[in-house]
Amino acid sequence: MTAVAPPIATEQTTTAKAPRKRNAGWAKRAPLLPALLFTIVVTQIPFLLTVFYSFQSWNLVRPGSQHFVGLQNYADVFADSQFRTAMLNTVLITVICVLVALVLGLALAMLLDRKFLGRGVVRTLLITPFLILPAAGALLWKTTMFDPTYGLLNFVFGGDTDWLSEFPLASVMTQIVWQWTPFMMLLLLAGLQSQPKDVLEAASVDGAGKWRTFASITLPHLSRYIQLAVLLGAIYIVNSFDAIFLMTQGGPGTASTNLPYYIYQRAFQGFDIGQSSAMGVIVVILTLIIATFALRLMFRTFDVSRGVK
Amino acid sequence: MTTLQRKLGPGSLTVATWVIAILFVFPLIWMVVTSFKQEADAYTDPPRIAFTPTLSQFEGILDRGFLPYLGNSAFVTVVSTLIVLVLAVPAAYALSLAPIPKTSNALGFFLSTKMLPIVAAIIPLYVISQRTQMLDNVWALVILYTAMNLPLAIWMMRSFFLEVPTEMIEAGRVDGAKLPTLLSRVILPVVAPGIAATALICVIFAWTEFFYAVNLTAARAGTVPVFLVGFITSEGLYWAQLSAAALLASLPVMIVGWIAQNHLVRGLSMGAVK
Repeated sequence: MTAVAPPIATEQTTTAKAPRKRNAGWAKRAPLLPALLFTIVVTQIPFLLTVFYSFQSWNLVRPGSQHFVGLQNYADVFADSQFRTAMLNTVLITVICVLVALVLGLALAMLLDRKFLGRGVVRTLLITPFLILPAAGALLWKTTMFDPTYGLLNFVFGGDTDWLSEFPLASVMTQIVWQWTPFMMLLLLAGLQSQPKDVLEAASVDGAGKWRTFASITLPHLSRYIQLAVLLGAIYIVNSFDAIFLMTQGGPGTASTNLPYYIYQRAFQGFDIGQSSAMGVIVVILTLIIATFALRLMFRTFDVSRGVK
Repeated sequence: MTTLQRKLGPGSLTVATWVIAILFVFPLIWMVVTSFKQEADAYTDPPRIAFTPTLSQFEGILDRGFLPYLGNSAFVTVVSTLIVLVLAVPAAYALSLAPIPKTSNALGFFLSTKMLPIVAAIIPLYVISQRTQMLDNVWALVILYTAMNLPLAIWMMRSFFLEVPTEMIEAGRVDGAKLPTLLSRVILPVVAPGIAATALICVIFAWTEFFYAVNLTAARAGTVPVFLVGFITSEGLYWAQLSAAALLASLPVMIVGWIAQNHLVRGLSMGAVK
């Protein structure tokens, strides 16, 4: 800690003081600069290198093999059926997990949004899957839940289903949903509790039924929370790696391989830097297209211009 | 729903809620139970509930060298969170209370880095780490976790900063207070709970991070998730020991999260909707 904190502090004070005399605009920007510079250096430079590598043929285990190949890697990637499978799995995992976790989270939040005995304990219990290490959760599900012989699932439902090889994608998704439902629940619970009480009372005085109140008052009120939950959930779930790495290793075959795991395999087991970089670039372009829409939505929702005067 | 409730009495929904909650966390309850078993009691069909509890699995974990991993996790989490705070507080200030032109561009940039899939950066990061002797080095993780949490932290803190009454800041300015004084005397006391919530979320994400840790560290700088990976590569599975390790590895963030769950809610909704 001592090795890093002082340089940052000094950088801040110098950038904060020096430009103020020259230019008021820079003085206002100064507090932002350290964070901005740090983020640019740490996130953008690696990405630019990924783009650079994607035009190279380069295998890590063959030193000196690095040379320029133009768009060859991209052509190879698009011709690769495993890449398409991985892309499809990524979309499936993200969409299904976000939606299921959202619905379950909403149901749990509604159960918690009232006074009852032990409410605090129940909430504490329910958020715990989000607090446990994903790696620990994945290993526990793989062994104590899904194991065909000694797992609890087969004990409860009977049979000797080998969940991880018969339903690999569904098993992985179960673990991810379990992990992210509490996150959705917490956000939506905050939304439910911020509902103006007088409006709800007025609705019940006017004789509106529970479903009516839910559909026409609660849901519209929750929409911002739902959007935030979906956006944050999607950002993390699209990068899911722990569950797949630890539970199925992407298998059987490529049945549960998603893009992060496939790129990992090509880079760290195949040592093919060029092709895995090309995949990385494609993933980024796809993500940015989707994210542009999502960001626009989010900025509209949360009215970012609020701080600008 | 109302008629059903009337028929079953008001307590039924409470009972149902409790049952659902216990079923939902059952994998974790089972983890705690299993961690106190001997391995022979862990592999039984039907699962064994009555057994003589033992602490030998926890001793086994310590013998396998768990503590250095725990130390690495604590170091990486605490240091990266501190750096995030040092960088994010002034940035959030600049983006909220002393807004600069094109605020939303800067915010958008920070958020867009969050959406860059980390797989797209891991290859050059690996190559760079290899060439600069940073592989298996805790500082590599500190830098990456700082970058990972910074956008979210700035976004969250900005919304907390926006809640500071502008009159307070104006009054401070009139009194001739410079930015550092303004920050430490006027603004920080108001946003302190928000900063705590932000720090908490950074701690959770840093402690649980897996992808960078697995690819960039090993025996020397490995964090607790890396220790857990040892349980799939070792031959056979030691369920009781795995459960003990999972429990020990998760306990720090579990406790932090339990204590601060109200902050957590506030941090997650980011004071965005008021």
